[in-house]
Amino acid sequence: MTEDVIIIGGGLHGSSTAYQLAARGRRPLVIERNHVARHASGASAGGVRRLRRHRAELPLAMESLALWRRLPELLGDDCGFSPCGHLLLAETEADLAWTVERAATTRSLGYDFEEPIDRAEVKRLVPSVSNAVVGGIIARDDGFGNPLVTTAAFRRRAESLGARYLERTEVLGIDRDGDGWTVATTAGRFSAPSLVNCAGGWGERIAAMLGETMPVRMKAATMTVTARVPRFLGPVIGHVRKKLSLKQMQNGTVVIGGGYEGRVDMEAGESDVLYAGLPGNMKPVIDAFPHLARVPIVRNWTGLEGNTPDAIPYIGPSPNDPTLVHSFGYSGHGFQLGPICGVIVADLVMQGATALPIGAFQPDRFATAGTLQWGAKEGTAVEEQKAV
Amino acid sequence: MTDRPDLAIVGAGPAGLAAATEAAARGLSVTLLDERAAPGGIVYHAVTRSPLGGTTVLDADYRRGTGLVEAFRSSGSTYCPNASVWAVDRDGSIGVTIDGQARWLRPRRVLLATGCMERSLPFPGWTLPGVMTAGAGQILLKDSGAIPDGPVVLAGTGPLLLLVAVQYLRAGARIAAVADLTPPGAWQRGLPHLAGAFGCLPLLRKGLSMMAELRRSDVRRIPGVTGLRAIGTDRLEAVEVRQGERAERIPAGVLLVHAGVVPNIVLTRMLRLPHRWDPRQRCWRPDADAFGATGLDAIAVAGDGARILGAEAAVHAGRLAALDAAHRLDVLDRAERDRHAAPEQAAIERHAGLRSLLDAMYPPPDGLAFLDDDTTICRCEDITAADIRAAIADGCRDPNQVKAVTRCAMGPCQGRQCGQTLARIVADATGQTEEDVMPPRARPPLRRLTIGDLAALETESTP
Repeated sequence: MTEDVIIIGGGLHGSSTAYQLAARGRRPLVIERNHVARHASGASAGGVRRLRRHRAELPLAMESLALWRRLPELLGDDCGFSPCGHLLLAETEADLAWTVERAATTRSLGYDFEEPIDRAEVKRLVPSVSNAVVGGIIARDDGFGNPLVTTAAFRRRAESLGARYLERTEVLGIDRDGDGWTVATTAGRFSAPSLVNCAGGWGERIAAMLGETMPVRMKAATMTVTARVPRFLGPVIGHVRKKLSLKQMQNGTVVIGGGYEGRVDMEAGESDVLYAGLPGNMKPVIDAFPHLARVPIVRNWTGLEGNTPDAIPYIGPSPNDPTLVHSFGYSGHGFQLGPICGVIVADLVMQGATALPIGAFQPDRFATAGTLQWGAKEGTAVEEQKAV
Repeated sequence: MTDRPDLAIVGAGPAGLAAATEAAARGLSVTLLDERAAPGGIVYHAVTRSPLGGTTVLDADYRRGTGLVEAFRSSGSTYCPNASVWAVDRDGSIGVTIDGQARWLRPRRVLLATGCMERSLPFPGWTLPGVMTAGAGQILLKDSGAIPDGPVVLAGTGPLLLLVAVQYLRAGARIAAVADLTPPGAWQRGLPHLAGAFGCLPLLRKGLSMMAELRRSDVRRIPGVTGLRAIGTDRLEAVEVRQGERAERIPAGVLLVHAGVVPNIVLTRMLRLPHRWDPRQRCWRPDADAFGATGLDAIAVAGDGARILGAEAAVHAGRLAALDAAHRLDVLDRAERDRHAAPEQAAIERHAGLRSLLDAMYPPPDGLAFLDDDTTICRCEDITAADIRAAIADGCRDPNQVKAVTRCAMGPCQGRQCGQTLARIVADATGQTEEDVMPPRARPPLRRLTIGDLAALETESTP
């Protein structure tokens, strides 16, 4: 055995895991096929959001937010985290009823961070919002961070604590031998007693090399960034019903998401903007903020991210072998969870167990024939995850 | 205008005009999208209406553009001036804004005839008002016939610099100096290629006569220039020219810089077409066959955007692409296509011979040679060479990474200006060759498109 633990995938989750393991005295080797944060970790909209999150993820999201606040102390970098709040707009009575119901459900689970607010409060927070808005629901302590800076900060700290990164290194095959794992790569063979799969959209392929069925569908979420405009937004804005996500960055640009899909080219590891859905992406933006109609778009871009059938990640040890831990398939909303999931995976690698509830994220939940149904939980998981 | 022409052509320079004319003659419905208000592209900019058209300031080659434009105008092609193409999809759909209206075209085939751009050559002070490319200076001249009041310094290398110098001279500009960045020994380097260039005797003769004209004038030529600096507080006041150890300050109101031209690959890179490094011309160009066919079935390239061979060769390349389009749309069989292609290909070969001579005489300068750490590389986001090097020192290994970290090439021009220099700095700082490092990929929209424009796009006509 030459390594303590091998992590496949150097994105935010791989790097957070590498940091946690290194902080606990292990010397992980991170194998990254491209460069760090090439795909989902780089193209993320950077939402640090608990609002409308899937209930299974809420306990993790609560703990993760606590870590987000401590990143300056842990990593020596604030990672651009700005706790500006997340606000979903409501435009109808039905929308308002949903906000009340949602907050009640969250409260019944023991969380009180979701707060329905009336029109006056929305207007106070966001004076330029359209008069069609009748209220909303807000998580005042949510916010956003800078994905590239965050991933780089985890990586830097992990390296300073003894982690090693191999970029532009592809995994060719994985063998389980006597007492550990041997990973054949384009940069040679590496062995370790523990193996972590943080390969994001490529996590399914890595799992397949290990004989495990963990379906992932690659999606290319489209982002839009505008020219700089005078400050008009504090909180990150979403919508109760419409696919809408926008935030204003420090430099004045507005970043618009919403989960509209571009074209995926798996073989090239690339994606392209498709303008088909984008009129639908822009209409709710103008509905909410009519003054944005005249603002030029500087750039549209897409980034690849791995989505699971039920839109929540795979987190946990392999049912076949506890020395193999999976953590991928965050389905477009893994950014906020990055800090805590590193803790969870490090717990699993080092102690074989974690105190946080991860039962819903079982790696083998689609392994049995007949259990796989894409979008099966549409209306719950998908609906809850929509705000990026 | 039909939204589904047989062939849509982007760019109305020599390649685009010739292609449209040829394709229409073969019976194809053609839509030509021109960003400008009148056909001619850059080389024949304002050819039909320049105030200098009837004078001797601009030469017969320029006026030849009128013939191309006239043939195009009577070809039956649809001409769309003021058409800004902001996206082209891999399936051939084109996002374009015409007279302020954003729309989609879904042609059966696309020809990208987007031409060349001047090689970016950052040096200290190059972003000062009063400093511009020789090409931009030439466009000012062609548009309005205006010449600057103050002294003009020209700096750079290559035939266009010579041409612009001569044109400014004829227009009555006060040229303080021509700072020649060409390494000494141009004719010795060119000699082995001279015979091969005889196929383009008229152009060769024109070059020689321009050189002679410049020599006869009392314009001062400074050979072997190794360093440049634009000096001024709010705008250019002087140019510092260095020859090895020796530096000299020349008062100037305008500095025109030219370091040769490179294919404009913003669209082809956005489309993820395969590209290859051309070591002699020191540039990237899309991989295309003799007809301009690319790795994508619906999309072809022609003219200087595919390979730098000059305006006349672009006319022939445009015709070749049109013949191939007609063939692929089943209106011309292969034998007919090849028969008509033969003379065009022969003409292109002649121009390739001339180009070998020019490339040997005027090797493109190294993009690194003239900049220092404080030099701005990305104008849009105000990123210096030192910022880029710091990101590399921090672990970045490729231009897309540097782009993400520094915002270099992320601004409104999408790296059109700085992409190649960025790639050059990355190659240098990471011990790779220029051939190993491609400029970052541009993202759409490539031209102005507002949120309102996009929201109002007809969804049905969107691919």
